[in-house]
Order: sequence, then C-alpha cells, then structure tokens
Amino acid sequence: MHMPEPDADVIARRGEIIAALSRILPADNLIVDESELRAYDCDGITAYRQLPLIVALPETVDQVAAILRYCGEAGVKVVPRGAGTSLSGGALPLADGITLAMGKFNRILEIDFDNRCVVAQPGVTNLGITQAVQERGFYYAPDPSSQIACSIGGNVAENAGGVHCLKYGLTTNNILGVEMVLMDGEVIRLGGKHLDPGGYDLMGVVTGSEGLLGVITEITVRILRSPETARALLIGFASAEAAGDCVAAVIAAGIIPAGMEMMDKPAVAAAEAFVHAGYPLDVEALLLVELDGPEVEVEDLIGRVRAIAEGTGAVSVRVSADEAERQSFWAGRKAAFPAVGRLSPDYYCMDGTIPRRQLPTVLNRMRDMSEKYGLRLANVFHAGDGNLHPLILYDANAPGELERTEEFGADILRLCVEVGGVLTGEHGVGVEKRDLMPEMFGDEDIKQQQRLKCAFDPAQLLNPGKVYPTLHRCAELGRMHVHQGQVRFPDLPRF
Amino acid sequence: MDGTTLRPGDEAQLAEAVAWAAAEGKTLDVAGQGSKAGLGRPVAADFRLETTGIAGVVLYEPEELVLTARAGTPQAEVEALLAQRRQRLAFEPADLGPLWGGPAGRGTLGGTFAAALSGPARLRNGAARDHLLGFRAVGGGGQVFKSGGRVVKNVTGFDLSKLMAGSMGTLGVLTELSVKVLPVPEKTRTVLVLGAEDDAAARAMALATGSAHDVVAAAHLPADVAAASAVDLVSGTGKSVTALRLEGPAASVEFRCRALRELLADVGRGEELHSRNSEILWREVRDVSYFAGAECAVGDGQVWRLSVAPLEGPRAAAAIRAELGGHLFYDWAGGQVWLCLDPRADAGHQVVRRAVAGAGGHATLVRADAAVRAAVPVFQPQAAPLAALARRVKDQLDPAGILSPGRMGGGG
Repeated sequence: MHMPEPDADVIARRGEIIAALSRILPADNLIVDESELRAYDCDGITAYRQLPLIVALPETVDQVAAILRYCGEAGVKVVPRGAGTSLSGGALPLADGITLAMGKFNRILEIDFDNRCVVAQPGVTNLGITQAVQERGFYYAPDPSSQIACSIGGNVAENAGGVHCLKYGLTTNNILGVEMVLMDGEVIRLGGKHLDPGGYDLMGVVTGSEGLLGVITEITVRILRSPETARALLIGFASAEAAGDCVAAVIAAGIIPAGMEMMDKPAVAAAEAFVHAGYPLDVEALLLVELDGPEVEVEDLIGRVRAIAEGTGAVSVRVSADEAERQSFWAGRKAAFPAVGRLSPDYYCMDGTIPRRQLPTVLNRMRDMSEKYGLRLANVFHAGDGNLHPLILYDANAPGELERTEEFGADILRLCVEVGGVLTGEHGVGVEKRDLMPEMFGDEDIKQQQRLKCAFDPAQLLNPGKVYPTLHRCAELGRMHVHQGQVRFPDLPRF
Repeated sequence: MDGTTLRPGDEAQLAEAVAWAAAEGKTLDVAGQGSKAGLGRPVAADFRLETTGIAGVVLYEPEELVLTARAGTPQAEVEALLAQRRQRLAFEPADLGPLWGGPAGRGTLGGTFAAALSGPARLRNGAARDHLLGFRAVGGGGQVFKSGGRVVKNVTGFDLSKLMAGSMGTLGVLTELSVKVLPVPEKTRTVLVLGAEDDAAARAMALATGSAHDVVAAAHLPADVAAASAVDLVSGTGKSVTALRLEGPAASVEFRCRALRELLADVGRGEELHSRNSEILWREVRDVSYFAGAECAVGDGQVWRLSVAPLEGPRAAAAIRAELGGHLFYDWAGGQVWLCLDPRADAGHQVVRRAVAGAGGHATLVRADAAVRAAVPVFQPQAAPLAALARRVKDQLDPAGILSPGRMGGGG
C-alpha cells in the first residue's frame, strides 16, 4: 500500500501553516508537537501509520469553514477525522496534510420527539444518540460494533452498518439532514427534518463518501421507538451449507429478522472460550437469529424460524427464555473479534458482501485459500445480508506474514466480486481496499465517481489517496467529450 | 423540440446517440414512456431520447430479494412479476398518470427511479433511493458506466444510486437497474380515526408513529377530500379521516390494531379497514387520486407537493390556505402535503414557498400547464452555495448540457 508522494513544498511551509491556523484557532486547539501528534497517527487499522503534518481541533462551524478556506487557498490537504475507529484507514493521516479532528463537536443540539429526530454534532458517539432518547423508549437504529466509541459524523462518512441493518437499514437509510462545509469554506445544508431532500440527493452521495467531499458539521437522524420485545434463537448446523440453506429459507418465507448472524466453528470455539456463552462446540456453523416486535409477533415468528431451521437440518435449536439469555446469546457474537484475537498475535478483518446463496461456495473456497496461504481463518458473518467478516489470523512479527495476509484478504475480496458481491459492505474502501477498486469497477466507472468529486473539491485536497487508486486531475476528467469526427451518425430505429 | 424521437435498441446504441449529441451540441429530452412528462420544468430539446427499446428483466432472484431489469422495462411488467412471488417494491411508487390526465399503469422501471415518487409506505420502508442497489447508465459524454451492485450492504465507492434516483435523466440515462424487493406482508389493516382537525390529526399521527406499533403509513384526509374516496367507510362519514396502516403476520396486525385504537381513543371514533378497502384507500392516497380527473371537485387545479417536518404540515398548509384557499390532504404522518389550488398564472408560488421555508422544507409544483411550469420554479429554489454545487454536479456529469436541460430548474 503506497500513499501519494508527500508534497515537500507543503512540508517546508509547516511553520507558516501553523501560524495561519493559529489565527483561526486558540492555541489549545492546535496540535503540533510530535509526541502529541503520535496519538493521531492511525485509525482502527493500526498496520498503517503516518504522523500528520498538524492536527486541528475546531469547535465551531466558522472555524471549520475558515480552516478549509485557508487550506483551499494555500493548497494544503485535509484529512477529516471522527473518533478514529475506521477499519479501512479512512482517517489515516498524510505527512503533508492537516488532520481535522471533529471530537470537540460533541453536543446533541436538539431532541425532537414530535418529529422523531435528533440533531447532533458529528463528534457525538453513535451510542450517545440512543442514550439521549432511550428514557422515552426511542433509539437510533444503526449499531456498528464500535458504537460506544465511533462518532455519528464518522458513521455518515462511512455509511456505517451494524447487526440490525438487515431490518433497519444502514446509516444512509436513517439520516434526514446534514450540514457540511465544502473545501472552499462554503457551508451547505442538505435535507432537514423532512423525509426527502429537495433537488439532487447530494446527502445520499455524501453519506459513505469517506471524507472526500466535505466536512460534516451537523447531522439530523431519525429515531425509532424501541420494539416491545426481542428474542433470539441459537441454531447449530452440521455444515455451513445447511446453515446457508436456513438463512435463504427464512428470507424466502418473507421473514426479515432484526438480525441474522453466522459464526463458523473456529469463531464459535474462540467466542465460547472467551465469554462462556453456552455455544455448542460440536457444530460447524452457528446461526443467531433475532426477532423483534410485539410479543405476539415475536412468538409467532420464533415458531416459524424454528420450523424452518429444523427443516433445513438444524442439529440444535435454543430459544432465549428471557432478556438475560438473549444477551448471553449475543455476548459471544459481540465478543467474537477480540475472542479470535486471543488465538493469534494479530488478526485482519475483511468485509465483503456476497449474494446470500453463495455463502457455502465462498466458505469452501476460503477454506482452500486458508490452506494455500498457511494462515488460519475464522468467520463471522452478517448472514442475513450476506456481509462477511472473515478474520485472518497472523503474526505481524513473523517475516512476510503481513504481506501474505494482505494477499489472502485481497483474494477473498476478489472472490466476493466474482460471485456477484462487492469489496466492502460497511467498513469502507479507505486505503485498505483502494487498490482493489479495479476488481469491481472499470476505468469509466471510477472516472464517473471522480467527476462527482470534482464538483465538490476540484483541487482534490480532501482526503486524497483514499478510495481511488489513481487520482485523475479534474481538467483531465472533463476532457471526455472530444468525440468530434469519431462518432458516426447513430443508426437508430425511428431516427 | 422538433418531435424527432431517438429510440435506441440497446445500451451501445444509446451511448452512441448520447456521444453524438454531446459532440454536436444537440439537446435530448430523456424519457421512458413519457408518462411523467408533466413533472418538472418543460424541456425544449432537439430530440426526444426514449429508453423503451432497452427493456427486459435481466435477473430476478426472489430469495435474494433483488431484481435487475433494463430501464425501459414497463413498470407494470415488473410489478406483475414480483406479485407472482408475493413480493413488491416496498416504497410503493406512485402512479400519477391520471393526475396528469393520462392513463394509469404506464411508465418504465427507469422512470420510476428517475422520478423517485415514493408512496405512503415511504414513512417506514424508505424512499425509491433506498431501494436502488446499483445501475448501469450512459453519462453526458456518451460513456457507459455502472455503480453500486446487487447486494444491500455495499459501501464500495460513492453511492451514485442515490444521486441518480430523482435526477430525472439530467445526470445520465439509466439503462439497467438493480433494485431491492421485499415480501408482501401477510396481512394489512388500516385503523381510521374520524373527525380530527388537522392539528389534532398530526399529533395523533405522531403519537402513532412514535409508538411501538410499527405504523407503515399515516395519512389524514380532511372531510372535503375524504368525501371523494371510493371507500364507503371513508366517504360516508361526512368527517375527516385519519388513516394508519399496519402490516405483518396476522396475529401481530390484529394485536396492534387493538392497541392503536386504544392509544387513539381520545382523538376520535375509530373504524377499521380490512384488506380490500385498505388497499383502495392507500392507492388513492399514493396516486393523489382525489385531485385527478372528474371524480374530484378540484380536478382542474394546480397541484403542489410540500415536504416538511411532520408536525409542520398543518402549519404550512394553514398559512397557504389562508391566502390561497384550495384543498389538501396529508401523507407521511403530516410530512407530505398534497395541495390543490385554483389555477393562477404564478401558481401562488411565493405564498407556497414562503410557507414551506418557514417550516424548513420544500415544495414542488407537481401539476400545472407547461406555460406555468416554464415561468414558475417547479422545484424549491436552493440557497446560493447549494445551487452552485448542484450546478457543478450537473456540469461535471453532463458537461455539454444536453441531458434534459433545465428540467430540474436552476441546478439541472
């Protein structure tokens, strides 16, 4: 993984840039000492590290606008950062860029139960929103596993998911409005408290744009009433194929569970050893299905899912009898990553999505790859929506093992694309999957996305080196239309 | 427009046509069957470019909840195919054909997403944009490109599906769409509350949608509009009707129906609509039938759609009505207001826009003569920095400015 060559001229102007930022921000809001910059040298992917040129911690929208305007004029790159929990290197700093850390934007601005929404600053944690409304029985639905730490601004930038997005959608389906600052310092508002933004749906493309289009300064999210009841089934299978069949049959029966998670044998073993959730250790695949709604509905669906599971060869079925047991079913799943982490000095978490019915095929082929690369693999999936999280176990101190792990991971993602899926379901492209983009997209597909980038940030100063393997200059992208003399008069019916 | 229609037979031909038009500076009025030609600013283009020659379902995998079809595939064909497997497009695309004086049941899948007119269930199930998983299209330079995929969980690259949904052919010509489909619920019922004033109805709808009863759709018909319903239980009461739809497994729907009626007992007398009547009522609301054709006393009026925060609906509506009169009803728990005004040369746009601006939303002039739509901004004018950004997006994706120029107003 190579980042674009830092601009030596910008690095040489560091003192001048610090002086300019000091005129915008109080001294306490500017980090320039190497020892303090160290805290910002990576995000959730610790394998990639880089000291930022400077870290700026604005507190007001005016400050963000002034910083971006200055950087735009001075040609200085900017990396926006939320809580720094990205699993794709989206907030990886640049040696010649300012990291714009939004942690001080940490207030909830308005709770509007009447219109069922919350207006929050981007640094508020995902869980913080739910905590602010739960006493009235409401919650914010997307629940990435980092929800205690990750920020809502980062969630919007990455279009974060979670275990419940099968039924309740991703971030993009749960936000109503965004205020953001463009690289030229202009402040724009997209959407609001109403259900559809007018004009082009720019909020839709800003969501999941990984900090390449603007800096988000305010978000309006939809909140939902918490379901009356939630219960879970823990279903064991003798083969991944049978578990895959069960997942497909549940969906085919018209049931959309609140969550439908799968773990393979190594992941089950690791989780059980770690949290003693009572998982069966003799199964090849374990399915965790959660149903929520009114008691009478949950009761009904539990019965249907149980019947489907038994019909597709389940070897064990347990239904949570009470809330404590439901929590214990989830405890293993939620601890799966750290549990697997105990098996090995390091692990690498992948994030492809595939059509559900390809689960058995993909599992088998990953097993072959695991042998080929000589690296162990544990699998945790959001099975309901086909989102895989294979965990590759490796030792970063063993020479060559990180490289082999990355190759293995890339092969898994190529496989996802090959069977009709995509490179990333919820973690983002960032720097991690950047060079794999051509596996899924052709040159024209990527250029079209970069043209959109040019409308927001023509000088390409926002988070460069992320998402797209090649930076095309906007002027070059604009030259696509010189077709005169090459296009023959179209021979069209009824022309 | 001189009436000449280009009707390419496949994506390559369409790309060739657009590339040629871009090179020659010829403008194109991008259309499917043209069933939604009444929406947006009228386009005066050199040619009409139709996608109807690029049709057919490419892939339908009910167990994967996904369908891929070419843009020109008739919407009715898609809906019939889904119905065979008891599935549907859960955002309930509106069929405004009759509202614009045309037949019902026309339009293409591409047009459905390009216009992105989401129906009553948008409240819970999301909008058209939430159901477009990926697409192929031809850009303003004639280049073929794709975006997204056919799985729901996908954050690979910019989500151009959102941008294309609702862009009305001004940013690219859709050629193929992959859409999320969902099961038809086992049972549907609608709880009616009779006699509530607009404000009280909005509060009742907020109470219901904020309850754990999982309300799919919430509409309020004032008495004059309710009288135009084909459902006797709605039209025969002589009162306003607030309607709340519930869906799901039978036992659950019955339970929630009872619970919802209890919750709203203080608001007004309750009724229930079962499957058939419920379906008719929600189809009327979806297609704005009350303002279409001869059945409605206000059939000739100009029709506006307001999108505001749910509780702002009655306030914005009252402000407009105080000055301009007219008839109206509410969908999306009050957040979508359909308003029918007596015809005016300026469509009363300043009054309407002032009212929604105060409520933080926007208004669209959905039905008016072409001359009015050419003179009055059809879509809400945007703040200068946002309008400039929308303009830059249009210029980047359609640099020659040939794709339905002006249809979206200032931005595109």
